[in-house]
Amino acid sequence: MSTPARPLSPHLSIYRFMHTMALSILHRITGVWMAFGCIALVAWLCSAAAGEGAYARATAVLGSAPGRILLLLWLAAFCYHFVNGLRHLAWDALLGLEKRTARISGRVALAVALTAFLALAYLLFCPWVAAP
Amino acid sequence: MGGRAVNLRSPLAAVLGRGSSGHGVAHWWAQRVTALALVPLAPWFVVSLAGLPLGDHAAVTNWIAAGGHPVWLALLLLAVCRHSSLGVQVVIEDYVHGPALKLALLLLNGGAHIVLLAGGVYAVLRIALQGMP
Repeated sequence: MSTPARPLSPHLSIYRFMHTMALSILHRITGVWMAFGCIALVAWLCSAAAGEGAYARATAVLGSAPGRILLLLWLAAFCYHFVNGLRHLAWDALLGLEKRTARISGRVALAVALTAFLALAYLLFCPWVAAP
Repeated sequence: MGGRAVNLRSPLAAVLGRGSSGHGVAHWWAQRVTALALVPLAPWFVVSLAGLPLGDHAAVTNWIAAGGHPVWLALLLLAVCRHSSLGVQVVIEDYVHGPALKLALLLLNGGAHIVLLAGGVYAVLRIALQGMP
C-alpha cells in the first residue's frame, strides 16, 4: 500500500520487552502453525476413509522421523494455544486483566502447557514407538 | 495527496464495506464462540487419539464411527476450521500490506478452510456410514 511519510503511533520499538509480549506473539505463531495442521488432520481422516492401504501409507508418512517431528510441534502448539486461549477467554470476561495477574497467569499457562505437552507426547508416541 | 485523482466518495462511503464497518463484532464473537466450543471438543479428540492404537486402521475407523463420535467430530471440524479461518484472516490483515497479495491470501485462506471442512466432514461421514446398508 502506498503510505507516504505519515506519523505512526509508537509501537513495538518503544516498549521494554516483557515475557508477556513473547507469549502474545507465540499465541499467533502457534495458531497459524496449527492452521497448517488442519491439512494433516483432514488428510489423515480422508486416508482412514479411503481404506486400509491408504491409511497405512498415511501413518507411514506421519510415523516417519520428519512426520513425528511435525506431529510433536503441532501437539506443542496445541497445548500452548489451548491453555493461553483460556487466558484470553478469561480476559474477555474481564478476569485477570491486572498487570501483575496477567504476568503470573502467563507463567502458569506456560507451565501447564509444558506439562500437558509432555504427558500427551508420552501417551501418543510411546506405545506407537514400541509397536512395529 | 499530490497528483492523485479527486476522490468523490464521502469519508463515510470510503469506510462502508470495509472490514471495520460492523463486521468486526461478528468476527470477534465467532472467534470466541468457536473457542468455547473447542474447550471441550479439542481435548476430547487429542486425549482419545492418545488412547487409540493409531497404526490399527480397524480400531481407528471403529472409534470414528462409534456412538455419537461422528457428530462430535463433525462439530470439532466445523469449530476448528471456522476458528482457524478467522484467526489466520486477522494475521493476514495485520501483517500483509500489499492490497493485491492481501486479497489473494484472504481468498486462499477462506477457500482452503472451506475445502478442509468439507473434506473432513465427508471423510467422517463416509467412515460412519460404511457399515450401514
